Amino acid sequence: MTSPTDTTQRSATISVLVDNEAGVLARVIGLFSGRGYNIDSLTVAPVDEEHLRSRINIVTSGTSMVIEQIKAQLDRLVPVHRVADLTMDGPHVARELALVKVICTGEQRVEALQIGDTFRARVVDTTLGSFVFELTGATDKIDAFIDLMRNLGLAEVSRSGIAALARGSRVI
Amino acid sequence: MAAELTQTGAEILLRALRDQGVEVIFGYPGGAVLPIYDALFQQNSIRHILVRHEQAAVHAAEGYARSTGRVGCVLVTSGPGATNAVTGLVDALMDSIPIVCLTGQVPTHLIGNDAFQEADTTGITRPATKHNYLVKRPEDLARVVHEAFYVASHGRPGPVVIDLPKDIVINKAPYTEPTVQHPSYRPRTEPDASQIAKAIALLKGAKRPIIYAGGGVINAGPEASALLTQFAHITGFPITNTLMGLGSYPASDPQFLGMLGMHGTYEANLAMHGCDAMLAIGARFDDRITGRLDAFSQGSTKIHIDIDGSSINKNVAVDIPIVADAGKALEALLVAWKASDAPVDKPALANWWRQIDVWRGKDSLKFTQDMKRGGIIKPQYAIQRLYEITRARKQETFITTEVGQHQMWAAQHYRFEQPNRWMTSGGLGTMGYGLPSAMGVQIAHPDALVIDIAGEASILMNIQEMGTLAQYRLPVKVFILNNQYMGMVRQWQELLHGSRYSETYSAALPDFVKLADAFHATGMRAQSVDELDDVIHAMIDCPTAVIADIAVDQAENCFPMIPSGAAHNEMLLGPEHEASGAGITDAGLALV
Repeated sequence: MTSPTDTTQRSATISVLVDNEAGVLARVIGLFSGRGYNIDSLTVAPVDEEHLRSRINIVTSGTSMVIEQIKAQLDRLVPVHRVADLTMDGPHVARELALVKVICTGEQRVEALQIGDTFRARVVDTTLGSFVFELTGATDKIDAFIDLMRNLGLAEVSRSGIAALARGSRVI
Repeated sequence: MAAELTQTGAEILLRALRDQGVEVIFGYPGGAVLPIYDALFQQNSIRHILVRHEQAAVHAAEGYARSTGRVGCVLVTSGPGATNAVTGLVDALMDSIPIVCLTGQVPTHLIGNDAFQEADTTGITRPATKHNYLVKRPEDLARVVHEAFYVASHGRPGPVVIDLPKDIVINKAPYTEPTVQHPSYRPRTEPDASQIAKAIALLKGAKRPIIYAGGGVINAGPEASALLTQFAHITGFPITNTLMGLGSYPASDPQFLGMLGMHGTYEANLAMHGCDAMLAIGARFDDRITGRLDAFSQGSTKIHIDIDGSSINKNVAVDIPIVADAGKALEALLVAWKASDAPVDKPALANWWRQIDVWRGKDSLKFTQDMKRGGIIKPQYAIQRLYEITRARKQETFITTEVGQHQMWAAQHYRFEQPNRWMTSGGLGTMGYGLPSAMGVQIAHPDALVIDIAGEASILMNIQEMGTLAQYRLPVKVFILNNQYMGMVRQWQELLHGSRYSETYSAALPDFVKLADAFHATGMRAQSVDELDDVIHAMIDCPTAVIADIAVDQAENCFPMIPSGAAHNEMLLGPEHEASGAGITDAGLALV
């Protein structure tokens, strides 16, 4: 039961299966900005060539009542086929990819490489003065890696935002 | 091997419109839609009504749709044609009116080039519509038109825009027949049986029940209104209507408590506040209804029936949500009520009605009209007489309004017995809505009496449509309650801003009698109470369009009123009553 007086904020990972048509992403984003909902992360890509469907994964936060609203508002958009709240519907896996550029020399280079190893990051580009690490994992793992790199010459970060699926045999 | 294409996009478009049952289009031509106008010229089955401004085209289509239950159709050109239509589209979105609006667009190869009269119409109208389309391939055209009508009229109705690049309507295109179903959009209309059972269990045991019905009942068709009346009668429960729901329940019925909300009756609001079981049907707990949310009907268990799942638990948490068409849900409720052998608490219900009768005794809509010769006309009295005279004449009557005090007085004092007779801008509150809307109603009902109850400020927002009335000989009656103020804003300034009437005096008003004359209509004026009835009769008898300029009391305020930020039991009653209600809080001052 949702209550308007319950002000506890929760994070929700919502997956939306949509028709892969022009403007569908703008429609979803416009819904969030127009109604004042948060977007913490957003990814979108075609996932079903045969039926021309794309999947949008959104990480948002709000009170339970707001998150229920977000789902209901998404669900009534015409090109939306399915809306799933992965956070509420059961366990799920969520991963993102990050490319992290570190500019450093000497001791710091060795340190950065060792930490990269610990995080199972791959070096996908290197020069004498820089690395680009590729790292996948849960959001907090990537946050932790970036935090550690701050003192080791962190220069630039590019993150994909999360891709998420329910665990087990459940599908959207 | 595909058949040879013989028809242009414009011809395909009109064929699709005909197959969707379109008989009338409200529109305004321009460069990007020239091929469509050329195709219109060469056929006779679809009638085009030339408006004087694109906003009015959409409002006219809204009036047409609301008075017939059909989809209203609009055709405007690119750029300014489309942007002018936006206010009408948002109005239709807020009030859930089915509209298909065709907008011209520059040819596909020029899109994005800042071409002459180019605007990003799908971008601009995305949040202004239920859905919109840009047709980029000729083979999509017919399918998109069929889909648009399906989307506009199914589920919670709303406006749909189809943006049509000029090359798409010039080039040859194939035709596809309408299909029954949309590939993905299939709103739920049947209620969940277990939820209906829970609702009936709650209602059977209710001691202080109320039915709160809104525009969703009207959108569900006249059968839904008939079912609502049956359900209220079989239960014996009191019932109140929202502004949008007026007419879904006969106002003359003794179980009707009148409209609720900010300017609703004392008995309707106090019954909402004090009920123990609330049945909300096709209504959305709008801020004009609830007043202060944390004080809204706290002691009640709530059932909410709505075809739009996102309306449920949006503002007010409900206990028994039912996503369904209002008519289908009412049908299920009726069956389940009859089938249930659970007893009704008759003594409690009788007590509840005794309490409601005490509240009714307040007579919260009371006003005092000075009947002496030369007496100033009270606006409420003008509407009361308009109602009594039109009712006595037994002619089918449709009422539209502009927005403001006159609108609220019309909602309070004009009493509707049937659905689809009352057209007002509820959600968006669009001044200038009433005249074009009345135009659309009159097109759909050529022999009916169609009256726009207006204010002198609102009417000027779409006054150019007097020209359309003249061109098509539409005998719409514009009944202006002229208090020379933007009355509702003036009222708020009086109550909230120390009577500092900042920019709300209607200075330099036109002479409305001469204005009517200039537009080939008939102008008339009532200055005092003794002239009122004669003017109303003359207005109704006049074969042409009429502007009746009724000079009313400038100082009159619209009561009762729940001030912003106040609760239902903190209503302000009028000067006829003893001091009442709460003051306005700082938090309330920030609300609209």
